[in-house]
Amino acid sequence: MIEFIISPDGFIILLLLFLLGALGAALLKNNDESANYWSSFFAIAGSLWGVLFGLGSLFAVRPLLFTIGASPFSLLQFSFLIDKLAAFFVFIICLIALFCSLYGIDYVRQYYRKYSIGSLGFFYNLFIAGMLLVVTATNGLFFLLAWEIMSVASFFLVIYDRHEQENIRAGFLYLVMTHVGTSFIIAAFLLLYKFTGSFEFSLIRNGAGMIPGSVKNAVFVLSLIGFGTKAGIIPLHIWLPGAHPAAPSHVSGLMSGVMIKTGIYMMIRIFLDLLQPFPLWWGVVLLITGAVSSLLGVLYALTEHDIKKLLAYHSIENIGIILLGLGSALTFLSLQMPALALVGLVASLFHTLNHATFKSLLFLGAGSVINQTHTRNMEEYGGLIKLMPQTALLFLVGSMAITALPPFNGFFSEWLTFQALFQGIAAPNSQVIWIFVIAAGALAFTGGLALACFVKAFGAIFLARPRSDEAKHAKESSPFMLAGMWSLGALSLLFGVGSGYVSQVLQAVGGEFAVFQNLPAPFLHTEGGWITVGGFSSVFAPAIFLALLLALLAVVFAVNRLLSRRQTVRTGPTWDCGTDLTPRMEITSTGFARSIILIFKGILKPTMQKAVEYRDGESRYLPKSRMIKLGMNDIYEKYLYEPAQAFVLKFSLYAKKVQSGLINMYILYILIALVGVLLFSL
Amino acid sequence: MNIIFDILQPLFVPLLSPLLIGVVKKIKAKMQNRQGAGVLQPYRDLWKLFHKDEVISQDASWIFRMAPYIIFAVTLIVGAFIPIFNLNTFTAPLGDLLAVVYLLAIGTFFLALAGIDTGSAFGGFASSREMTVSALAEVGLIFSFFILSLVSGSTNLFTIADSVLVANITSLQPIILAGLGYFIVLLAEGGRYPFDNPATHLELTMIHEAMILEYCGRRLALMEWAAANKLFIFMTLGANLFFPWGLMHEFSLAALIVAVAVFALKLSAFCFAIAFIESGIAKFRFFRLPDLLIVSFILNIVAIGLIK
Repeated sequence: MIEFIISPDGFIILLLLFLLGALGAALLKNNDESANYWSSFFAIAGSLWGVLFGLGSLFAVRPLLFTIGASPFSLLQFSFLIDKLAAFFVFIICLIALFCSLYGIDYVRQYYRKYSIGSLGFFYNLFIAGMLLVVTATNGLFFLLAWEIMSVASFFLVIYDRHEQENIRAGFLYLVMTHVGTSFIIAAFLLLYKFTGSFEFSLIRNGAGMIPGSVKNAVFVLSLIGFGTKAGIIPLHIWLPGAHPAAPSHVSGLMSGVMIKTGIYMMIRIFLDLLQPFPLWWGVVLLITGAVSSLLGVLYALTEHDIKKLLAYHSIENIGIILLGLGSALTFLSLQMPALALVGLVASLFHTLNHATFKSLLFLGAGSVINQTHTRNMEEYGGLIKLMPQTALLFLVGSMAITALPPFNGFFSEWLTFQALFQGIAAPNSQVIWIFVIAAGALAFTGGLALACFVKAFGAIFLARPRSDEAKHAKESSPFMLAGMWSLGALSLLFGVGSGYVSQVLQAVGGEFAVFQNLPAPFLHTEGGWITVGGFSSVFAPAIFLALLLALLAVVFAVNRLLSRRQTVRTGPTWDCGTDLTPRMEITSTGFARSIILIFKGILKPTMQKAVEYRDGESRYLPKSRMIKLGMNDIYEKYLYEPAQAFVLKFSLYAKKVQSGLINMYILYILIALVGVLLFSL
Repeated sequence: MNIIFDILQPLFVPLLSPLLIGVVKKIKAKMQNRQGAGVLQPYRDLWKLFHKDEVISQDASWIFRMAPYIIFAVTLIVGAFIPIFNLNTFTAPLGDLLAVVYLLAIGTFFLALAGIDTGSAFGGFASSREMTVSALAEVGLIFSFFILSLVSGSTNLFTIADSVLVANITSLQPIILAGLGYFIVLLAEGGRYPFDNPATHLELTMIHEAMILEYCGRRLALMEWAAANKLFIFMTLGANLFFPWGLMHEFSLAALIVAVAVFALKLSAFCFAIAFIESGIAKFRFFRLPDLLIVSFILNIVAIGLIK
């Protein structure tokens, strides 16, 4: 059975399942219920198949390489390569898609008779299929086709809730940014084609030696911008905080959990696989980008009170952490330390997996809350832990995982990332130790700030008293939604406790690259559940988990049985300083983050507007109402995008003059062009 | 004999930490020309609190009810994962510095959540301040330990304690700088002057005491005890990583007596330093605290520069 699944036919069936789901949903668009069931069924079946396919290929002895059909165009081959790296990403995509689809069965009910469920199912399935093609395509042109399928399908999912003007805006910004990114990617592939004569990745890899250094550098910069736009690194991130919140929540989970990782996948593929060897500064650039993205991502998340935007900014932060691992891998490779580079690569792959699980869990949790309260504004939540206990528990698990608290999975990948950076500082012949110091400092700051941010988020959403009527009447989510979330929560714990085994598999993924073969001695050891980095440090997840559990049980037992048996527990009102206790007394998420924002005001540029209306305009002693508006200056829009836009606009206005509308003018242009071509060809 | 120590190791921290608080209070009282309560008073306080009835806010959820247990359990674990006066314990391979830092962060996380949970204005603001201070302190904490890792070639706390002792004289300067950086973090994380006033919750600027304002009875006892544990852990780490003399490598009665005596001496020095600071200076304004924490970070950066 498993041999059949991981054969080319198995992969085609995988794609067909999603295509069938897409087409069937489109055909059934007149009946919301059946369109939902049809598309969900095929998405789930496809994802299950894909999880098996991914797992099977991860442990397969040799990579799967095949081509579908004969292409009419010589440059465009529908060729696929499923090596361990691709298999790992297929696994992640399908794993997350499985639980998001499960969740989606109940979640999309709110859109019945409001929007077409058929088109949602169509684009949803197409989106997953597009992502699968992206990570398996091994021909540049075919890859770009897949990339476009993924981008366009996700664009339509972003603007699905089209009655909100804001969503349309976010969607178009996404469309523009993703195509700016794609143009950079196309340029990179064209450069590679010019010097290697092929779009096939295998031929590019073989011809990488013929590419001059300057061209390689150009390809690096182009693909960093192109794929970085999709991954959401700062300052190319501006589409992300708008687009992820706009989509339905299970789609946000997929976009944030896995789609942005396709950018990471291609960076690994191009830098580590295709363009070996490369200069030192590539890794340094990635490290700095990662440090900036992680630190600024979490700082911007702190300023948000829109729950989904907050989560979207945390995706930027986590992409930064992934880049720290990847950047250290590249740096170590340039410094001829492949054994250390493998630590960095495993760290970034592990964090990719972990971020996919806990971020989609958090988005699904946020979706459940929004479904009940009909707002994304965290200031209008509160007290939901009593009304939605399971959602609250799972959101807590997600929060603990994303803030790297043991024994959840986030801790172990962040631990590995720290180790990679520490090795960079400790290495005796490292010329770039200060870059590593900055990166490690950024990671440590990020960890602390993320903790603050999730205390704020969890506290504002679930704790204290409800701050709006909707929050008062919230109910627990329906079974399929809970099932999706429970599975992801369990996986967050499982990948944490089993981190030794997970990193063992990921070490094999990294070990497949040519640069990591024939390592003198591996620096990263993963034996018996331990993760050991050289003689430097080690961590054993099951012991931490067991110790926590045992200690908790012991404390509860000792206190409740031995120490205070006869004491009674009463409930009473919170001490209210003698006034009436209202929800206005609780801390708001804006208030919670305000002190950190003020500390970082040099970077964040917070703004405050005050308006006071007086009862008597003359005397100005008795104010009738006061209003304070807190906000932020978006420095990227102000200093990067607005000037760029102004330039493009000005240039277009000049270019417009060419379009005179006179037919003889156009004939003149044609004449000039022809003469030009003639002269050029002489 | 060693096995007995292995089993007892997780109990050292909770059993000794109230004494530590008592000693600090006593020294403070003496410095301020007061008689002060006996050093065993914290034990009596805990005993009293454990036998009181409890009132819990009607707005509180299970987070509020469970947080004291979780926070206390976390300090127990960390207490077992760090070198106290015996280096040769079965938990030694688990004493990774990042694991300890992030395990302590679990306690901070639930403490801050419990502060918000009852919906009083005090708790929420205190949680906000606590998270601000601990977010900024974390980088100083990780880096000051990391300096020692650079010197000793391991991030395992037991190995660090073992090998800082034999580190050559050129690494003395960075270790001193890292120690200063660590001491600042100790004051921040232990909730001490100039960051926090451990004696009262009467003003809004108090952090820890305002977060646990709604607790009473056994849960308050656990919260106070856990805070004492945390201070004990931070002092022990400071004493054993930066001044690792007298630690036991192999079990023998002589070594045990020396280890306990030296350990007591080192902790007394820390208690004296804290009492001295708390009697000598005023609490800082909240927005001046980041400057102090950044100083801790910069001291560590300078230390790295000195090593390299």
